[in-house]
Amino acid sequence: MDTAMDDGQPGRRSLKQRYPLTVLILQRLGLSAGLLLAVSMLIFGGVEALPGDFAQTYLGQSATPQAVENIRSQLGLDRPVTTRYFEWLGNAVQGDFGKSWASGNSVSEQIGKRLGNSLFLAFCAAIISVPLAVGLGMVAVHFRDRIPDRIINIISLAAISLPEFFIGYLLILFFSVKFGVASFPATVYDGMAFSDRLSAIALPTATLVFVVLAHMMRMTRAAIISVMSSAYMETAELKGLGAFKTIIKHAAPNAIAPIVNVVALNLAYLVVGVVVVEVVFVYPGMGQYMVDAVTVRDMPVVQACGLIFAAVYILLNMVADLIAIIANPKLRHPR
Amino acid sequence: MVNMLSVRNLQIGATVYPPGENPKDITIVHGVSFELERGKVLGLIGESGAGKSTIGLAALAYGRGGVRITGGEVLLDGEDILKADKKGIRQLRGAKVCYVAQSAAAAFNPAHKLGDQVIEATLEHGLMTREEARERALYLFKILGLPDPNNFGDRFPHQVSGGQLQRAMTAMALCSNPELIVFDEPTTALDVTTQIDVLAAIKNAIEETGTAALYITHDLAVVAQISDDIMVLRHGETVEYGSVQQIIENPQEEYTKALISVRQTKQREAKDQSNALLSVDNISASYGNGFKVLHDVSLHVPRGQTLAVVGESGSGKSTLARVITGLLPPTDGTITFGDEILPSHRKKRTRDQLRRVQLIYQMADTAMNPRQTVGQIIGRPLTFYFGLRGKKRKERVQELLDEIEMGSGFYDRYPAELSGGQKQRVAIARALAAEPELILCDEPTSALDPLVAEGILDLLMRLQAETSVSYLFITHDIAIVRAIADSVAVMLQGKLVDFGPRSSVLSPPFDDYTDLLLKSVPEMELGWLEKVLATRRMESAGN
Amino acid sequence: MRLREIPLTAWIGIFGILLAFFCAIFAPLIAPHGEREIVGDIWLAADSQYWLGTDNLGRDLLSRLIFGARTTLFVALAASVLSFSIGIFLSFTAAVSRGIIDQTLSRFNDLMMSIPTLIFALVVLAVLPQSLWILIVVMAVLDSTRVYRLGRAVALDVAVMEFVEAAKLRGEGKMWIIFREILPNTLTPLLAEFGLRFAFSILFLSTLSFLGLGIQPPAADWGGMVKDNKDGIIFGISAALIPGGAIAALAICVNMVVDWLLKRTSSLKGGRGDG
Repeated sequence: MDTAMDDGQPGRRSLKQRYPLTVLILQRLGLSAGLLLAVSMLIFGGVEALPGDFAQTYLGQSATPQAVENIRSQLGLDRPVTTRYFEWLGNAVQGDFGKSWASGNSVSEQIGKRLGNSLFLAFCAAIISVPLAVGLGMVAVHFRDRIPDRIINIISLAAISLPEFFIGYLLILFFSVKFGVASFPATVYDGMAFSDRLSAIALPTATLVFVVLAHMMRMTRAAIISVMSSAYMETAELKGLGAFKTIIKHAAPNAIAPIVNVVALNLAYLVVGVVVVEVVFVYPGMGQYMVDAVTVRDMPVVQACGLIFAAVYILLNMVADLIAIIANPKLRHPR
Repeated sequence: MVNMLSVRNLQIGATVYPPGENPKDITIVHGVSFELERGKVLGLIGESGAGKSTIGLAALAYGRGGVRITGGEVLLDGEDILKADKKGIRQLRGAKVCYVAQSAAAAFNPAHKLGDQVIEATLEHGLMTREEARERALYLFKILGLPDPNNFGDRFPHQVSGGQLQRAMTAMALCSNPELIVFDEPTTALDVTTQIDVLAAIKNAIEETGTAALYITHDLAVVAQISDDIMVLRHGETVEYGSVQQIIENPQEEYTKALISVRQTKQREAKDQSNALLSVDNISASYGNGFKVLHDVSLHVPRGQTLAVVGESGSGKSTLARVITGLLPPTDGTITFGDEILPSHRKKRTRDQLRRVQLIYQMADTAMNPRQTVGQIIGRPLTFYFGLRGKKRKERVQELLDEIEMGSGFYDRYPAELSGGQKQRVAIARALAAEPELILCDEPTSALDPLVAEGILDLLMRLQAETSVSYLFITHDIAIVRAIADSVAVMLQGKLVDFGPRSSVLSPPFDDYTDLLLKSVPEMELGWLEKVLATRRMESAGN
Repeated sequence: MRLREIPLTAWIGIFGILLAFFCAIFAPLIAPHGEREIVGDIWLAADSQYWLGTDNLGRDLLSRLIFGARTTLFVALAASVLSFSIGIFLSFTAAVSRGIIDQTLSRFNDLMMSIPTLIFALVVLAVLPQSLWILIVVMAVLDSTRVYRLGRAVALDVAVMEFVEAAKLRGEGKMWIIFREILPNTLTPLLAEFGLRFAFSILFLSTLSFLGLGIQPPAADWGGMVKDNKDGIIFGISAALIPGGAIAALAICVNMVVDWLLKRTSSLKGGRGDG
């Protein structure tokens, strides 16, 4: 079919045909930027469009109209939506998310510390879960359809079904209360020794690892199986290559991209997973901050946290896609 | 003297997993034996499921999927490779015995350059230094007629065409100087004009390098050009085994004779072609991306007759059918049916206009809803177009089933329970149920085995004689054109290059492309390939 | 389909789901105590009278678990039925119509999916008043994006098959094509997806309740029960783990049935190998 497609003269080939890789990467970057902008509108505008007056909710039903009016102007709610949106977005880009309605403190200051804590937790979970998941995925493929594979399958199926808080409390009950080997709650503070910090987050990290491991392992297994069943793997075997060489030379270059993709996707999931885990372990991170803000309807904090979580999620998804694009030899070496 | 390859009483089994049933063991190959001398070519021929690929892979001590070699001996230079250990088998593969797969596009690793993959096995087995292997690859690229052989190895698999990939795969097999190469349908996926070049390249390379080969194909005419001996296989058993001369010129078994006679031309008398049922005038069409697939095509189908539209993949012949049915409205031109102009989009056509043109697909598998029974499939047009219901509808379906020679026992069966040929018959019955005046047949026999395909063609011809239905028959197979067409249209890259009564298109003076097409179709004749190549050389010398 | 072909794990799953529904339907008949009735001291250990002990306010844990099944199952089921209806309706419309309708719906869906579900839910629930129906609708709308994506892919797979084209060429209407040609061929994957969505809804509802944003007290629901009793954990009281275990067990049961359905789908597609 494609023989008829490429009869165009070289001079008339489009930019996309000549530089498919660059064009696709730019497209994907542009898409992410667009998504981020749309998401910011959705988070800001959606909140505006939904029923209910904040000032009213803020003060309760018994508030006098005058009090409501005062609070509206105090919070700047009496100005047009678009003005407030651009102001909010402009400040947000510069790292200023305004002041919390509840405490009056700067949102950015609070987030600054907590974002670091959350990312540290997610990072620790990632460096343990990624090698473990990829390794287990390979073990499962190696014993495909035999006992170890089936056991891994059943355990991972169960793990997917467990709520994060259940795993968290189970770990607390056993390791912290019964055996006393881990600390709870997971309190961290400035100037804490690094080793203390690590031991404080041991249980939340274990919970996150358990939550994300099963997903990542199952997806890795599927990615490897799809590569291993390709016709070129048969070719390699029929060339008389040893099993090790076949995998290193022929499977690995094609399997790395899908596996890295799986990892990036699951890291995105991990970032969201911290919300519940932080609440369970009373860990001072972004997730707990956001949940607290939602409970008291502290909108500047909710909007700021929502935007940051969405941005990290979109960013990691973009990285996953970019890796898949760059790893594709058809795009790296156009006709 | 010990033959290079002796296969004795080979038995091969497999475990199959029918959905919803317990796994069961079946036998695929029942005691096949043959001998192959150094430098000779043995053709293994048979329909799908005959076990020919399985036998070929057994020469590498390899079973695909759940396939196991359960008995017999495969002696290479007198040693039974089935008894070799893992290391022994590894030293054999890629060094002494090599394999050329049907789909080279899938068999090459997309992540590595072609040159590296071609010399990989040779280096792995320590047969040559890297420099020597590169020299050898270059030499092989040259004798296989690959373009720009010096730089060919630097390209990636997706950067070259299908015919070139198939030749590169042959180079990969030849590189280590093996004693035996197994060719598994190496030209089946290619267009005929490409097939002849690849076939010639393979034959030339075999002769130059003196390797022996097992050549697996379903096309007897192809194997006749390249083999010294032929083994005809059916259902995993040997039907007939002999020299190429004996099999082609003096076949003993009925099955072999039938395979050969399928190729023979039937004569059809010339008919008056002035009364057009369908006229296509100055049709141009393009897909959504602006890529033009049909350029100013005009042709007509005479009433009660067959127009064969022939061309290779990408010629636009299937697109033409889509335009006629209204699935792809043309950008230009008109379609006249009977004495009315058909609206260009199917949605604008009346139910009666739709009824009068029916379509039969290449893959009957996907053309029928797997969740409907044969009765529902054939019955729906009866209800939809004629309002038949209940007993009347059932009776009419039974009649139609009789017409396609299947009988009423199939009424409640699902498509999955039918064979390939039966499915295509049901598809024909569904088209007939609408009582159409024109049936568009889009390669309805190309996915079927030759004898089954023959039955379908006979059925179509009988139905035409009985009901005077017209056919627009799309095919890439010249033999079919000769057998069934009253008029012929030849297409190339979206353009009509030749159109007229069969007698004028298929006899001299030819259009250039039609000539190339006709000459590329392998004929059941020894030495045909040499003859064609000699003619080509003379012509190019003449220019 | 023969019953013998259903694997043991799927049987366990079916049994677990039926048990949960039985508890939910007949809760007032089988629960030994009332949903909000304070029967004794707080966090009593399990004994012959209170089989699972009492909770943080001295209510019978078993009774609350049984009544909680009602709320949890009802909300999760309502949310998944609603999300499924929205998702399937929109995705099939998109797949059959193509063109601008498909583009608009799909791009909007991409946008919705680019925000993590939990974060989206938190933002929305921060604004909306707390009520059962709002909770169900929010869960359904957010989840319908996933249904939409699968529904569109499955429907497109089938819609490009030649038998659908043949039906179009016959002149059949959109309804016939959706309900007679496409739907029967997509039932198994859609059923599996429904199971997945149901399991996800149970987990999601529990998470929201646990965070204090789902079902509001004093109504019993499993996620909320975990929240109520979580402070007991530090004292070694495992009351919070019982509803948590119930959530996990139900989700595992649903997933085991789904796993079997998915395997069945792939074995139908796999067809037979060709020698």
